[in-house]
Amino acid sequence: MARVVVDVMLKPEILDPQGQAVQRALPRLGFTGIADVRQGKRFELELEGPVDDAALARIREAAETFLANTVIEDFTVRVEEEGK
Amino acid sequence: MSLDTVKNAEQTPDAAQPWAELGLKQDEYARVREILGRRPTGAELAMYSVMWSEHCSYKSSKVHLKQFGEKKPETDAMLVGIGENAGVVDVGQGYAVTFKVESHNHPSYIEPYQGAATGIGGIVRDILAMGARPVAVMDPLRFGAADHPDTRRVLPGIVAGIGGYGNCLGLPNIGGEVVFDSCYQGNPLVNALCVGVMKHEDIHLAQASGAGNKVILYGARTGGDGIGGVSVLASETFDDSKPAKRPAVQVGDPFQEKLLIECTLEIFGEKLVKGIQDLGGAGLSCATSELASAGSGGMRIDLDTVHLRDHTLSPEEILMSESQERMCAIVEPDKVARFLEICEKWDVIANVIGEVTDGERLEIYWHGELVVDVPPRTVAHEGPTYQRPFARPSWQDALQADAPTAERLARPTTGEGLKADLLKVASHPNQASKSWITDQYDRYVLGNTVLSHGEDSGMIRIDDETNLGVSVATDGNGRFTKLDPYTGAQLALAEAYRNVAAGGAKPLAVSDCLNFGSPEDPDVMWQFAEATRGLADACLTLGTPVTGGNVSLYNQTGEVAIHPTPVVAVLGVIDDVTRRTPVAFAEEGQLLYLLGDTEDELGGSAWSQAVHEHLGGLPPKVDLERERLLGEILISGSRDGMIDAAHDLSDGGLGQALVESCLKGGRGARVVVPEGLDPFVFLFSESAGRAVVAVPRSEELRFNDMCTARGLPATRIGVVDGDGLDVQGQFSVSLAELKDAHTGVIEALLG
Amino acid sequence: MTTRVGVVTFPGSLDDRDARRAVRLAGAEPVALWHRDKDLHQVDAVVLPGGFSYGDYLRCGAISRFSPVMETVIEQARAGMPVLGICNGFQVLCESHLLPGALTRNDSLHFICRDQKLRIENNGTAWTRDYAAGQEIVVPLKNGEGRFVADERVLDELEAEGRVVARYLDVNPNGSYRDIAGITNAAGNVVGLMPHPEHAVEPLTGPTTEGLGFFTSVLKQLVNA
Repeated sequence: MARVVVDVMLKPEILDPQGQAVQRALPRLGFTGIADVRQGKRFELELEGPVDDAALARIREAAETFLANTVIEDFTVRVEEEGK
Repeated sequence: MSLDTVKNAEQTPDAAQPWAELGLKQDEYARVREILGRRPTGAELAMYSVMWSEHCSYKSSKVHLKQFGEKKPETDAMLVGIGENAGVVDVGQGYAVTFKVESHNHPSYIEPYQGAATGIGGIVRDILAMGARPVAVMDPLRFGAADHPDTRRVLPGIVAGIGGYGNCLGLPNIGGEVVFDSCYQGNPLVNALCVGVMKHEDIHLAQASGAGNKVILYGARTGGDGIGGVSVLASETFDDSKPAKRPAVQVGDPFQEKLLIECTLEIFGEKLVKGIQDLGGAGLSCATSELASAGSGGMRIDLDTVHLRDHTLSPEEILMSESQERMCAIVEPDKVARFLEICEKWDVIANVIGEVTDGERLEIYWHGELVVDVPPRTVAHEGPTYQRPFARPSWQDALQADAPTAERLARPTTGEGLKADLLKVASHPNQASKSWITDQYDRYVLGNTVLSHGEDSGMIRIDDETNLGVSVATDGNGRFTKLDPYTGAQLALAEAYRNVAAGGAKPLAVSDCLNFGSPEDPDVMWQFAEATRGLADACLTLGTPVTGGNVSLYNQTGEVAIHPTPVVAVLGVIDDVTRRTPVAFAEEGQLLYLLGDTEDELGGSAWSQAVHEHLGGLPPKVDLERERLLGEILISGSRDGMIDAAHDLSDGGLGQALVESCLKGGRGARVVVPEGLDPFVFLFSESAGRAVVAVPRSEELRFNDMCTARGLPATRIGVVDGDGLDVQGQFSVSLAELKDAHTGVIEALLG
Repeated sequence: MTTRVGVVTFPGSLDDRDARRAVRLAGAEPVALWHRDKDLHQVDAVVLPGGFSYGDYLRCGAISRFSPVMETVIEQARAGMPVLGICNGFQVLCESHLLPGALTRNDSLHFICRDQKLRIENNGTAWTRDYAAGQEIVVPLKNGEGRFVADERVLDELEAEGRVVARYLDVNPNGSYRDIAGITNAAGNVVGLMPHPEHAVEPLTGPTTEGLGFFTSVLKQLVNA
């Protein structure tokens, strides 16, 4: 079965309170040298059929209308290689 | 792109400027040039355009709003009136209470969760800026039809946003309203109210004075949030052509706001602040110009010192940014170190960004160059004023003539028919239980909530030792106001006043959120003029001054405006919260009295909507002296232990009030239709100035004597008894059947 | 000598004042503890209150668990000091591994605030000895991430050792496994509870006063110790 991964991230210009809170906590725990943190969501979609252009187009549509809130979020769609 | 400095503006007087795109009218742009004696710089143009927008300047509404000042009733209670972030009211024992209701309508339609969340954030900072600890929030909401698909998108997001932000801030949500009507389909109303408490000596004002005092910006870092949001989002109707480069939507961080609250209160506690302003619409432009305008001197700001989240921002964008969770304080130089120390304790970023000067200008620098040099009053307080034309709509007479008479709308004539209509009204989304919504809000946090959802008003204790408390109710009936804006606005006040009194508190003051369509439509402007006139007149009669609020215009899609919806919040005080009166019938055998006069008044009623989907005729008459008398009886009855339950009669009339009080208490009621009254009118009329109360038998004589002596009609209509609602000679319905009808409605549609 | 009960304030703690009020009404002296301060100021017991510490960002309780005060709380809890974690405090205790399992998002996906009926399953802990075994109480519940989860082995172990302190009755409001509302460690001094007993200590503001028992219990425990 083929897997397609949709990563949803807040748009770069949108405030990410979660990422900021994590970033502020990291140095306190001794993890220094990290300039910025942004937190997002990852969706793994298992396809019944082949990953063709039509399937990817459908997934992009799903991401656009449903998985991501494009008012504030961007998304990327990629195919997970077999055996990884 | 080269920097547009003041010097540059002087040297290039004829450079073309995008004043129209920024929402300024030609004469407004000309006036800016006249004020400055030259063309404005880009940053100045940005400031004027946003501060002179409808949202910030109230340019269409202020000629009408000034009545609230002109007709202000005599009262000793008002400590701070209109014009500050929020009004402040004296509630005794050295306490002062501040409260305000505000709209966040358009942003909540675009992005329901964040729009509603940042609406809470904004009103809470307004209250905080007065020097008060925020102690409760409420949300009056209006949505399109409950079964419309877009309501499914909008409502859950808005409710989750209110809960997500308010719960995380630790503020109990103690009331509000949820009303569905297709007129709000593309324009949901998300109003937010906050109450804050302080001691008299802790009141703070938004003014900058004392040359050499420092200007400190603290809270969240400044990003590109909502740039142009105020003028674009909040003032004009929607279109798809907005630029995509910067987010129009602001994202709230309630955690940051919680830190900001605690940090600010600690700073107030050590008396480190001379003046303070929160950053809301128009961000730093608004805060600096308002602080300087209200103060004694000028102000100099160095924009390079503003802590940025996005380093690509231009000076114009920094000034316009609406990043949330920020405040601006004026601090004496020797107190700056301690101020910054407290900010550090709470992990709050703080920077000195400028100082108060002894000049008269607001000067803003960027990379060492002067980019803004303006008289602050011309930005903040001397914006344009419009005398918009208004005229009674041509359709108003026909609407009023379409009265819900027995001939026009079929009325039930049998017991079974009455029962069926009672259930229809009780199960209509507007009257049905809202617990699916309100259970998503924390009502317990802070441990002072005495009355909340499902009660007539929200009540909180403000002193653990003395049991002093305050209560707030919000009401607004767009249907009534559509039928007659003058009366509708008065009915909104009357209902909120009555709700506060029904809980046992004495009404003191008003805050209002006036939600209307486009002011450029003379019909809408007439509604606005009539509603403000009605509200101002009623506030004068009832002795409850308007302390502040907000106006939201352009709530319309195309030519179609929402029902005119003035939402009125009334604040009351109660000396001993243990005497409060709940709505629940809790004691078997107590006697039910109907207070006030019931007439055949069904225009705009819940019955006409739930059963016939009809809107026409005239709303119920208003008798403010009667409201005041009823209020006095309810308060005395509560204080002296003569009534154990009280419920105001409004949407759905007596029938609906009985359903709610029975279900809340888990007790039934047996009632008799008084002689001479039609059973249908008895159950469904929405005549104002009425309440139903439960009187312990031992108090009946005393209660009757009081009503007789004061001249308030009080009719014994029955007794708390059994496990159903029994209207003698007509019908009876079990509590289980009532509960079935009344609950589960909202979740079935939206859950 | 008055018993001193510390209440920790993390950034974003919300019910810390309520917890202090409950401690006072129970007859002990509430002591405010600050997350950055390792010193517990000679308290005899600690309450980790409800709220959204660090905004519940990353995971509920995940950032607070690393605050300086928690170093001492964890050390003292292992040495037997009574510690009660309410709601967010329960989440902190799980993240700290003082209690097993985790609290996850409610099955309804909504925040829920309601008056919740519970049964006290174990009245042998430091925080429940004032209740009768099997006593039913009603206290407020309010959470967005209150669904207790653990693997079967841990759940069986908790049951077998009687370490389920309280269970939801009538309604399971968040989908918690085996209706679990609260658990204890093996020693019975550390208790995590999702509902809020500190909101049920006064007739005026709570649905009941049946939450007070948690705070009077620890007082007796300490006086008798």
